[in-house]
Amino acid sequence: MDFHLTPEEEAFRAEVRAFLDEMLPPGTNAMDPKFLATWQRRVREKRWVGFSWPKEVGGGGGSIMQQVILKEEMAKRKAPPLGSCFMGLAWVGPAIIEYGTEAQKQRFVPDILDGKYQWCTGYSEPGSGSDLASLQCRAVREGDHYVVNGQKIWTSIAMWSKWIILLVRTGPPGVENKHDGITCLLVEMETPGITVRPIRNMSGGAMFAEVFFDDVRVPVENRLGEEGQGWKVTVSALAHERSSIAEVEGLLRKLDELVELAQGAVKNGRPALADDAIRRRIARFETRIEAMRMNGMRFLTKQLRGEPLGADTSINKLHRADLEVEMGDLALEIQGGDGHLEKEVDGGRWQRFALNWPEVVIGGGTPNIQRNIIAERVLGLPKD
Amino acid sequence: MNFGFTEEQELLRQEVRKLLDARAPMEAVRKIAETPEGFSRELWKEMGQLGWLGLTIPEAHGGAGLGWVDLVVLLEETGRTLFPSPLVATTLAAAAIRDAGSAAQQARWLPRLADGSAIGTVALAERGDRFEAPAIQLAGRREGDGWALDGEKVGVLDGAAADLLVVSFRTGAGPDDVALAVVERGAAGLALESTPSIDLTRRVARARFAGVRVAGDAVLAGGAAALARLLDRAAAAVTAETIGAAEGALRLTVDYARERVQFGAPIGRFQGVKHPLAEMYVDVESFKSLLYYAAWCLDEGHPDAPRFVSMAKAYAGEAFARIGIDGVQLHGGVGYTWEYDIQMYLKRSKWARAAFGDPDHHYDRVAKLRTEAR
Repeated sequence: MDFHLTPEEEAFRAEVRAFLDEMLPPGTNAMDPKFLATWQRRVREKRWVGFSWPKEVGGGGGSIMQQVILKEEMAKRKAPPLGSCFMGLAWVGPAIIEYGTEAQKQRFVPDILDGKYQWCTGYSEPGSGSDLASLQCRAVREGDHYVVNGQKIWTSIAMWSKWIILLVRTGPPGVENKHDGITCLLVEMETPGITVRPIRNMSGGAMFAEVFFDDVRVPVENRLGEEGQGWKVTVSALAHERSSIAEVEGLLRKLDELVELAQGAVKNGRPALADDAIRRRIARFETRIEAMRMNGMRFLTKQLRGEPLGADTSINKLHRADLEVEMGDLALEIQGGDGHLEKEVDGGRWQRFALNWPEVVIGGGTPNIQRNIIAERVLGLPKD
Repeated sequence: MNFGFTEEQELLRQEVRKLLDARAPMEAVRKIAETPEGFSRELWKEMGQLGWLGLTIPEAHGGAGLGWVDLVVLLEETGRTLFPSPLVATTLAAAAIRDAGSAAQQARWLPRLADGSAIGTVALAERGDRFEAPAIQLAGRREGDGWALDGEKVGVLDGAAADLLVVSFRTGAGPDDVALAVVERGAAGLALESTPSIDLTRRVARARFAGVRVAGDAVLAGGAAALARLLDRAAAAVTAETIGAAEGALRLTVDYARERVQFGAPIGRFQGVKHPLAEMYVDVESFKSLLYYAAWCLDEGHPDAPRFVSMAKAYAGEAFARIGIDGVQLHGGVGYTWEYDIQMYLKRSKWARAAFGDPDHHYDRVAKLRTEAR
């Protein structure tokens, strides 16, 4: 056991910190579009966008430890994101790099790195949520095209995306072919026959949408991986989603804000933070967040030793789910009677936080699905 | 960065497991626990020969000179089957003497603790869950170059069998005016009395001090800081054992859920059974991660140690208590019987939750350390 960094790793951390000192002096308005444009250009030059990707495709070729350091330092300083094509960088890009043809890599990867446009993800369907592999959206081969008919739902940012990574059924229906009959297609959202209908969520915003496909023609060259390989492509992409270590820093910053809120709020004539019960609940959050960090370190050691991660990453997904819900809930509780008012305290920041957790908690597999994964794959309990 | 055990540590784990599987499976643990002393002198001797008792004692004093990370490996394995012995007690006494004792004091006591010829323990807690410096009431009265001690300690681990006790006592009116001293069995005015526990595998005692004379050369250095460090080590040791015990309870319950058939299927197929088991796993893995890092910090003298010890102890105390209850409940009626082993883990969890600070105490400390750091 040794948590010290090598001199090279320490040097890299210093480089990142120096860059952040230069780019983010006190008083920087990180929401200013002009600043953001400069930021994205500079981090792209540094090759910190797609930092984990191989250098051959334009990535940074960073080691696992360097990736961790970069993410940690960025999160500590609440730096803007590295790159702007969120889903492209998170899983579409990795999937294309792993399964794509040479032509697909050349066509899509540079645009993802440069943030030229957004990607969205068409997996879930009205009848296929937790049981994703039961999906029904069909693609029938007609010459050098697939013709797609069906519907997707919970498609985040579909209305602002240029491309969608889509799972469709190509094989014959039936239980035996549940996973084998699925194929992955890359589809341009402007293709005739696609209709996007935004869904308003409980916070009043609309981040996701329903997407309808009506005789949509997709060139065969836009198939990612072989026909029937779609499930494999997806699973590896979702594993990328579950392995984020930087979320710990983000949660710690959120915890700081919660402590500030509790310091400023008055309960029974004294600061809420002076209340033992509230202090303990906050300490409990801190404990879970640090446990996530240390779990992440143990998973990282496994990765560095070349061992498979398996279902372990579900552990942190479950912690995250509890924390998102409970932290938002405590914030509103501290606000007391104002807690249910839309914008009375801090412009409604905590209200939005307390209403937006489903995006993180349900997206990528609900808590109960994570528990099934652990029970069956780790503990060896029989499948239901 | 490497958050894993070395090959030597994995070998130690295998060696411990092999001996305990052969000599102290659950049936044997039950028998040993029901003897008057509550542990096996024969196995104690062997543990001394194998170097387990002196694991963290310097080589110069007959130990193996290893650290708290190595100790975690040993305690995880002894905890797995609730193996009853004064190992934790003796290790803590040795740690106190090594951390805060002079060269002469170390030479005087450590070799006997390392080979098992003396059983050691720490007498820190007093009635009303008092164990931190400002709360200590056991009174020291100046007498020559030393002290005379009056008062009472409770929950003294393996106290009835102990040959020497490291005791905390008050030296003045200020909150931090406390000291640690070594008191040997048979000292005039010292009465050790076993206090039966619901957990037969964990023996505790009450120690009464009526004018017990402590010579100047039996007082350890460091005062309140030495006590705080010892309490951190104690909380870490209990948590290390808790990892093994919680994994043992989880294993028993998972095995039961795979075998027990109801409604035509092993009950482990139902999500109402699966999900609490998955939660147990999440909790054990998580307080394990916190404790491993805490142990490394203790070995390195890293400033994160107190905060991470407290986070690990708080989480483990809370989670193991839940695991004990859910474990019994998922076993159904047989879980309530003396015959099934799961109840033994539930009983251990009641001790482990409170020992050296319950979750509330440690969460309070985490909150305080965070405030101080801001």
